[in-house]
Amino acid sequence: MSHDHSLNPEVMPQHPEKATLEGKNKFLGLWFFLGGETVLFASLFGTYLALKNSTAGGATSEELFGLELVFLMTMLLLTSSLTSVYAMYHMKNNDFKKMQLWLGITGLLGIGFLGCEIYEFYHYIHEFGFTFRSSAFGSAFYTLVGFHGGHVLFGLCWLSAIMIRNAKRGLNLYNAPKFNTFSLYWHFIDVVWVFIFTVVYLMGKVA
Amino acid sequence: MSTVTAQKTSFAAVLWDYLTTVDHKKIGKLYLYGGGFFFLLGGLEAMLIRIQLIKPENDFMSAGLYNEMITMHGTTMIFFAAMPLLLGLMNAVMPLQIGARDVAFPFVNALGFWLFLFGGIMLNVSWFTGAPDAGWTAYAPLSATSPGHGVDYYVLGLQISGAGTLMGGINFLVTIVNMRAPGMTYMRMPLFTWTTFVVSVLILFAFPALTVGLFLLMFDRMFDSAFFDVALGGNSIIWQHLFWIFGHPEVYILILPAFGIFSEIFATFSRKRLFGYTAMVFATILIAFLGFMVWAHHMFTVGMGPVANSIFAIATMAIAVPTGIKIFNWLLTLWGGNITINSAMLWSLAFIPSFTIGGMTGIMVATSVADYQYHDTYFVIAHFHYVIVGGVVFGILAALHYWWPIMFRRVLNERLGKWAFWNFFIGFHLTFFIQHFLGLMGMPRRYWVFLEDQGLDTGNFISTIGAVFMTIGVILFLYNAFYSWFKGDPAPQDPWDARTLEWAVESPTPHYNFKQLPLVRGLDALWIEKMEGNGKLTPAEPLGDIHMPNGSILPFLISLGFFIAGFGFIYQTVTDVAYIFLFGGMGLALACMLVRSLKDDHGYHITKEELEKEAD
Repeated sequence: MSHDHSLNPEVMPQHPEKATLEGKNKFLGLWFFLGGETVLFASLFGTYLALKNSTAGGATSEELFGLELVFLMTMLLLTSSLTSVYAMYHMKNNDFKKMQLWLGITGLLGIGFLGCEIYEFYHYIHEFGFTFRSSAFGSAFYTLVGFHGGHVLFGLCWLSAIMIRNAKRGLNLYNAPKFNTFSLYWHFIDVVWVFIFTVVYLMGKVA
Repeated sequence: MSTVTAQKTSFAAVLWDYLTTVDHKKIGKLYLYGGGFFFLLGGLEAMLIRIQLIKPENDFMSAGLYNEMITMHGTTMIFFAAMPLLLGLMNAVMPLQIGARDVAFPFVNALGFWLFLFGGIMLNVSWFTGAPDAGWTAYAPLSATSPGHGVDYYVLGLQISGAGTLMGGINFLVTIVNMRAPGMTYMRMPLFTWTTFVVSVLILFAFPALTVGLFLLMFDRMFDSAFFDVALGGNSIIWQHLFWIFGHPEVYILILPAFGIFSEIFATFSRKRLFGYTAMVFATILIAFLGFMVWAHHMFTVGMGPVANSIFAIATMAIAVPTGIKIFNWLLTLWGGNITINSAMLWSLAFIPSFTIGGMTGIMVATSVADYQYHDTYFVIAHFHYVIVGGVVFGILAALHYWWPIMFRRVLNERLGKWAFWNFFIGFHLTFFIQHFLGLMGMPRRYWVFLEDQGLDTGNFISTIGAVFMTIGVILFLYNAFYSWFKGDPAPQDPWDARTLEWAVESPTPHYNFKQLPLVRGLDALWIEKMEGNGKLTPAEPLGDIHMPNGSILPFLISLGFFIAGFGFIYQTVTDVAYIFLFGGMGLALACMLVRSLKDDHGYHITKEELEKEAD
């Protein structure tokens, strides 16, 4: 800690998210957390791969999945990762308004993704009778994709909380690490989706 | 602010202080109290198991209760005794060893503790409603179909406490990477800090596998999913893989901190630098690395095929190499040293042969072909009690004797310490050595009775007698703890003439640990200064304001929320009223998390003037 105790310096440093010890700790802590999350999703992927053909006579992945919707979802989420990069770029330039704008767009894209996912699940349940309880494949599918969706939902709640909380006071060395850790988390969710897209949907449709 | 906390003395004030504390030293103590309580509970369960097995066809308890007893003994000892006791020691000592004022995330540290405690309480509430009875490994499909709510409590209890442990791991990692004192390079860190670091990596990468396994079991039991339901295409082997992908690293999570403890104690009481420090560090890392690729040696008899069995057998045996390096380094640390033998040292010396026996039987059970004979017999029971009691419990007791002056400002009584040691040590070998032979003669684990005249009577009788001696040892240690608290004199700052930074802190340890961060000039930082006649560390910074975190009740409330929600999850299968608990509990936890996120908490500063005044 610097001795002036100031979290609102006259000139913002180049990396406001890592200017304090607390900021550095949050940054590193979130990276470690994502390491643990990687194992969490790896375990879920392993379970899914072991059970993906256990349809118990119900619909198979080839019959279920439609790549058009999944492609749209992928585009929404990948774009939201890009817009969160823009937001962090503006944070480093100390342009709070533009940061909020791009974070807002990130959130909207996330909501769009989540909407599509809810529709997708609804579609499977009502058109195919494919549920969490209908087969081991169903359990594994909804658990893996649902855990990812849950992460998106948590991220959206987190994002709106820090956006609203800081809307009126602008950027300082106390809240910059919070925005930055959110953006790291959001990228991670995106990476997990890339794997879900490949392993669940592409391999489910082609293999 | 610092003076305000010092003035509080009434019981309610002390209670509130501990409920809201974010100080790593107090959290360390809380972990020790909580872990100690569950250790006694687990020990009581062990004693009841041994009473049941004292004679053939005993009817002291029913088969069902016996299943509950073994399940609770294993689960309690691993998750709620050994782990929290070690986490407590890490909390109490590690930040001092690296010259830090606190951990990286004091709030999260407190949260980790409360989650552990509520998880442990959750599990033990099941004693009133029917305890889990599927073994501590909870293999599916037995665990997925076990009637009643016992296994539900197991799932929720472990899920809650597991989240706390994961947070603890991340917290220690960031602390060690970011908050070492000036000059404290990685290769100058004391071995206990090193093992804390490596163990935190293990926690980080091992616990999420358990988290997923528990979720799958929870979904199958409470929400009718079909992961382990073969009729709907499920596969019960998935549980075994997930459990052991976590479970094997878990045994290294337990033993590596003990290795760190012994390394500190041998060096201190041999008055020598630890022999082969660099090799010790790399052996620790190697054990951790290999520890992740041996999980299937718990599953040799599942039918994975000869290729998989061979690979896992060889990987397992490879771990003997770095472990052997460690054993020899400890022996060579003792070699030619100016040795003091006291209680801490007795536990450490006793560890070497005890643990080596456990390691040797480890190689035996790792031999996959021979393991078909050992699997699920008392040979395995004997093996893992030799490594866990002979390694981890000896390590914890050694550490308690060694660091007691730092944590409680007392030196434990030597006479009582030695009595406790000899009772426990003799009792331990009496209990478990004979179990190797019981196992080889075919006594299976987890059976509540054995038949007369099959060569098992005498062995089981001896084993139970040994358990009595272990109990006496534990009671003597407890008596020692209370005795020293009420009758003991305040301990000097450095009673052992020790080598590392934690002994350079003034006694009693101020809540900010270091007034000025110390300058570390090499391995065994304090010893270097002693040898150069300084006696204390050179400050690395001028006296200045110290930034401290605020206490908070939120960690307690968040954990309470998840605890309440746990009951909701368990009983929503029976009655809709449970949804009130489910949503109420989750709501409380999430609302507190939101408060934590939205409410600014800048901590406070102890000013330079206050520090100067305290010095007067």
